Amino acid sequence: MRVEDLVKTYPPVRARRGTPATPAVRATDGICLQVRQGEIFGLLGPNGAGKSTLVRQLTGLLRPDAGVVEVLGHDLVRHPERAARLLAYLGQESSALDELTVSLAAETTARLRGMATAAARVARDEVLAELGLTRLAARPLKKLSGGQRRLACVAAALVGDRPLLVLDEPTTGMDPHARRAVWAAVDRRRAERGVTVLLVTHNVIEAETVLDRVAVLDRGRVIACDTPGGLKAAVGEEVRLELVWRERAPVELPHVAALAAAAVVTGRRWTLRLPPEAAREAVALVTTGEAFEALDDFRLATPSLEDVYVALGGRAAGEDGAEGLVKA
Amino acid sequence: MKSRTRTDGDVMAHGVAGVVGGRTGAEAGAGTSVDEGTGTGADEGAGTDGGAEPVGEAADSGDQEAGQDTGAPLAPRARMWPALAAVYRAQLSRARVARIPLLFVATFQSLGIMVLMRGVVDGGAEARAVVAGSSVLVVAFVALNLLAQYFGQLRAGGGLDHYATLPVPAASVVLGAAAAYASFTVPGVVVTAVTGSVLFQLPLGGLWVLVAVVPLAGAALAGLGAALGLLAPRPELATLGGQLGMSAALLLGVLPAGGLPLVVRWARDLLPSTYGVEAFARTFEPHPDWARVVTDLGVCAAVGVLSLAVATRAYRWAATR
Repeated sequence: MRVEDLVKTYPPVRARRGTPATPAVRATDGICLQVRQGEIFGLLGPNGAGKSTLVRQLTGLLRPDAGVVEVLGHDLVRHPERAARLLAYLGQESSALDELTVSLAAETTARLRGMATAAARVARDEVLAELGLTRLAARPLKKLSGGQRRLACVAAALVGDRPLLVLDEPTTGMDPHARRAVWAAVDRRRAERGVTVLLVTHNVIEAETVLDRVAVLDRGRVIACDTPGGLKAAVGEEVRLELVWRERAPVELPHVAALAAAAVVTGRRWTLRLPPEAAREAVALVTTGEAFEALDDFRLATPSLEDVYVALGGRAAGEDGAEGLVKA
Repeated sequence: MKSRTRTDGDVMAHGVAGVVGGRTGAEAGAGTSVDEGTGTGADEGAGTDGGAEPVGEAADSGDQEAGQDTGAPLAPRARMWPALAAVYRAQLSRARVARIPLLFVATFQSLGIMVLMRGVVDGGAEARAVVAGSSVLVVAFVALNLLAQYFGQLRAGGGLDHYATLPVPAASVVLGAAAAYASFTVPGVVVTAVTGSVLFQLPLGGLWVLVAVVPLAGAALAGLGAALGLLAPRPELATLGGQLGMSAALLLGVLPAGGLPLVVRWARDLLPSTYGVEAFARTFEPHPDWARVVTDLGVCAAVGVLSLAVATRAYRWAATR
């Protein structure tokens, strides 16, 4: 899959009663990406970064103002109608399926992907069993919990073979068991049929464990694109030290006061980004004497994709009205 | 079917040959799609499922041989009639979850109007108009009003994306939903018509005409409802439009035409439900004028074809904004 210089600008909206005017927004601003076959490729970024706009352009739902979208050798800007025959899309909304039973949602989707009735039923049963949904097959999606409903939508997306899966936050609200089932199902499709997966995610931890490569988006631009490990290495050696104080930080101690200058403080929690040497020293200092008595918990970690994002110039949580990568 | 498979095979062969020059391959890829496009059109009438399989297999093997430059083979499109049947079935099953209370409301509304009118109307043309109007009102409530709301909400909530990213013809989605909503009206219409006939002592012998009235009036009103829901910029406007359409069907359909002012009668003539009402009302007469019944139903059918065509275009437009 290849994307070049993709641009989409939403026109400005004039003010109406109750709604203020919004200026024109460049939701995707010259995005270039190359995704290889059989890769699990992630799009990471805060809300409003342009992920959904990009995905809608890749799935033929939204026509870009300029640029190239080529999927498996097909030009989807010129032939957006081919997208439906090349890829399966899992959007964030389930309103089209909400009032169907899990079983009928999967079967109908399979039939609308061009499968014959008998084949659609076989595919339905397989995918429901694979995701552990057989027990819930006769229940309407509306009556399920959020995670179960999402899992049923994943089943609808996976039914009927497609060489490219575009999944927009597929595991939102799922318990660990369901998550594992989803990733096992995705991985199986990749191993057996070389399926390519494009994944939009907010979940940094999941991104690190599942993705082969990741593109970090901010304000409609790709600010980095590499393997999770590669991105982390690019940030440098810095590690993250988290200190949680029992009641308040003992800032009267000179070495704690020194740390305070470099820390991002959220309530009782301090977050510091330090070179490994400095981090070791800091840990040694706060785990002895008076400081240790005031310390509730501490954690030392290598950089996460969240750190990468901040280091690359993305807006950190709370800064400039932006949201962090991790939702909760 | 067989010839189609063979054609695809040929195109695939070109595709394989074209690997050397990426450009040729891409063109061959385009050829495949055009080929399948026309093939699909021709196949729509046949509506058999099994035929799609060989194409899929040919396409799979083509994938491995042709490689990426030529463009991966496209999965088959869902054909018109099987897809329509699938949408219809899914929509029908929604009735069990979401629609049953509203179907009761639709029926009780019409029954209430008839009981109310019983005190005012004393048989004759007026009674025929009231029973026919109340019966068709059920169709207007469900097919026009509820379908407009459904599509309005689906569009606003992003639910159309689900259908838009499946290779399903627009007509299948629109007609499947319209047919399901028209089907929802059947029990209510029958209950209303039978109750009304008993209430106003009208003959029950002509009720078989509902077999034509419900689908044709249903098509006309469901088409309008779907178009309204898909074209309304906001879901509230779709709901409003649906409600107004139903109110018009109520006022202009149930009240006998004779006593209405000229302007209102023009409005009445513009409303497709009127023709369903008139056709149905005529069959209560001792000697129905069948030619005019057929003409009225013909108008319903024509409006149905037109409004469903508009709704299909509206769906295409709304799905890929």
